Amino acid sequence: MEFFERFALPHPDPMIYASMVAIVVVSIAIVAGLTYFKKWGYLWNEWLTTTDHKRIGIMYLISALLMLFRGGADAVMMRIQLSSPEMEFLNAQHYNEVFTTHGVVMIFFMAMPFVIGLMNYIVPLQIGARDVAFPRLNALSFWMFFAGAMLFNISFVVGGSPDAGWTNYFPLAGNEFSPTVGVNYYMWALQISGLGTLMTGINFLVTIFKMRAPGMKLMKMPMFTWSALITNVIIIFAFPVLTVALLMGTLDRQFGTALFTTGSGGMDMYWANLFWVWGHPEVYILILPAFGIYSEIISTFSQRNLYGYKSMVGSMVLISLLSFFVWVHHFFTMGQGALTNSIFSITTMAIAIPTGIKIFNWLLTMWKGKIRFTVPMLYSVAFIPLFTVGGVTGVMLAMASADYQYHNTMFLVAHFHNTIIPGVVYAMLAGLTYWWPKMFGFKLNERIGKWAFWFNVIGFVLAFFPMYLTGLDGQARRMYTYSESTGFGPMNMIAFVGAGLFAIAFILIAYNVFYSFKHSPRNIGDDPWNGRSLEWATHNPVPAYNFAIEPEVESSQAFWDHKQKKHNLFKGKISKIHMPNNSGIPIIMAGILFVFGFSFVFSIWPAVIIAAVAFFACMIYSSFENDQGRYISEQEIKETEAKFGGDSK
Amino acid sequence: MNIDQTKPLEYGTHKNEMNILGFWIFLGAEIMLFATLFTSYFIYENRIGSGPSGAEIFEITPVLIETIVLLTSSFTIGLAINAMRLNRTKATLWFLAITLVLGATFLSVEIYEFIHYYHIGVTLQTSGFTGILLTTLGTHGAHVTFGLFWGIAIFLQIKKRGLTLETANKSFIYSLYWHFLDVMWIFIFSFIYLKGMM
Repeated sequence: MEFFERFALPHPDPMIYASMVAIVVVSIAIVAGLTYFKKWGYLWNEWLTTTDHKRIGIMYLISALLMLFRGGADAVMMRIQLSSPEMEFLNAQHYNEVFTTHGVVMIFFMAMPFVIGLMNYIVPLQIGARDVAFPRLNALSFWMFFAGAMLFNISFVVGGSPDAGWTNYFPLAGNEFSPTVGVNYYMWALQISGLGTLMTGINFLVTIFKMRAPGMKLMKMPMFTWSALITNVIIIFAFPVLTVALLMGTLDRQFGTALFTTGSGGMDMYWANLFWVWGHPEVYILILPAFGIYSEIISTFSQRNLYGYKSMVGSMVLISLLSFFVWVHHFFTMGQGALTNSIFSITTMAIAIPTGIKIFNWLLTMWKGKIRFTVPMLYSVAFIPLFTVGGVTGVMLAMASADYQYHNTMFLVAHFHNTIIPGVVYAMLAGLTYWWPKMFGFKLNERIGKWAFWFNVIGFVLAFFPMYLTGLDGQARRMYTYSESTGFGPMNMIAFVGAGLFAIAFILIAYNVFYSFKHSPRNIGDDPWNGRSLEWATHNPVPAYNFAIEPEVESSQAFWDHKQKKHNLFKGKISKIHMPNNSGIPIIMAGILFVFGFSFVFSIWPAVIIAAVAFFACMIYSSFENDQGRYISEQEIKETEAKFGGDSK
Repeated sequence: MNIDQTKPLEYGTHKNEMNILGFWIFLGAEIMLFATLFTSYFIYENRIGSGPSGAEIFEITPVLIETIVLLTSSFTIGLAINAMRLNRTKATLWFLAITLVLGATFLSVEIYEFIHYYHIGVTLQTSGFTGILLTTLGTHGAHVTFGLFWGIAIFLQIKKRGLTLETANKSFIYSLYWHFLDVMWIFIFSFIYLKGMM
């Protein structure tokens, strides 16, 4: 029986059992539904085996939204627990698990797939390509992310969640202080999805370097594509560091090495260094695409060219370089001495300069523009002041000596949420709303969208600004409760109310999808927002081959100049188009990796070996397979184009 | 498919060019991986706890054999690619086979070295130093092992299909990988073994 005891929950709770039941019921419902409506074939042929960048993008977005609700539920639980002094909603152990999974899910399984999903859908369209460079690898990247996400998400019902924080500092995360399998889950879930992300990085760099439409020089690329390019460069350089850190962590926990221990020559502070050498660039992996999205939206809805194109690109390059030289600011208090702290203090503050340039460029883009306050634009406008507050508190935290006061307090928590939510999350919501018609052929309802926006902004401010105050007063992060005499009660109650409004905003957004699907008009044309870049030069929703005729570009505002200056985008004529075949290999390989990761977490070595062999067998099979792709015939393209109203684009 | 006759076979199509660029970028990521391992090694180099130091366990003979064998294999894979450019299938296969044999020899000596370490009580668990030493060597060794299987797959494909756009492209990429492992070994040889023995 010892074998099965490993899978038992170390800290059971009625809520977790309820979740188990819910998971089983929902799984049965999905399987039964698919069988009843005979949708298995459709699901397998059209989605699970697809190599189409657009469908993979949509699957990323769906996963990201699901994870947003999972991570959001964690957040609400934490806010309930802290809403008043001596609350007994969660105990210390559960609070540890909840803040850990909240952080990991939101960063790795919500923000990352959201960013990569939008990149997947939009970047090939913006550069006038028919797919990414390696479509099958792209599918493998997605399924590896998905396998990692699922592995992480089953941790709380099988064996117990990780509970050492999303930063997972050793020696707390070592066997001595984290004896359950939770941290093993952390290691393997991140390892598997992280390798998937690395492959995405390779894929998009080659796509952007080699597949741009004729005439699109690098300095004529839309800003979102520029941000994707720089982001993927950061991915290539940052993610291998995480791979090594996770490998070393796994060795320590499961093979008894002495790397991050305090004895036998171990170095307990080294994990924090490795983690943040990856972790700080990771922050910019999330925010740079967000900057790209804001640039697109602000320019479109101000109906002006983006102000300072070159300085926008230059500042992103500068940010990406600086992002590798600031990691020590995450642990100024760890004792590396005044000189080291001073250097990292200065590099950190330096990041404010290129970021400031971007802020002014956006403001100047709006200056004298004919601004239309649509939902995406509202998010972008709210982003500027809110993000600036987050940035300025970041500079406060960057002062090493003052940091001794703020370190690991709620002030820090307020700061990074203040940058991530108005920075990344608003950008994702804005981008999703902006490109929604591109993906599905109808707009999201503006009225509900605006309600959601106001709930979002007011909820955010109420939820996080009080934390600045309690943090300065000394409320530590990751403490599951506080006494009444601290006086933190009222502010935390306000934060709880804010979290509630924030939650309502996301429910409204989900409702908006449902409402718009039923009621939104479908006859919105190909260019509903009066767009500027190439993605609007094709149909809504986009046909499988993206562009019937390969576009030829003359300026950075290719589609705008096509409309305004009558640049001819489509000079060629329709001919057959080469497309990649679907393949079941990526999802099968990711499934094998899931088994591999799960078996590794529980040290079931025979299964680990079998899964590893199966994985390499898939690679060999793939290598020997002779897949030349398929062609869409001229006839078929003409028929599809005719359906969209005749004017072949 | 547009085949560009002015370029070597492995660069013949747009797809082939993208494969090669993609692999160069992958090697960039690999450089970061090994750079992280080397940095870690330097940090743990003197953190030996109650275990032995590098000077006490490194032996020059097996390391020299490994180095000579691997460097030679880098030369022979170069000859294989040269033969491929001259469109001589048989010579390509022969040089590829010699490369694989040399790779296997390298790996055997490395396994012998690991067994030797085990017998003198140097394991992953001994100290921070031995942990990172074996992790770094092991990561390189795992890359070589993967490379051997990959090389066999390419050997079989050239044998079956001849030198085509695909097999030439794969062989060229494989040679990049193999040279890369060699470069990493030069770093291991210089900065782990020689530095440790000084």
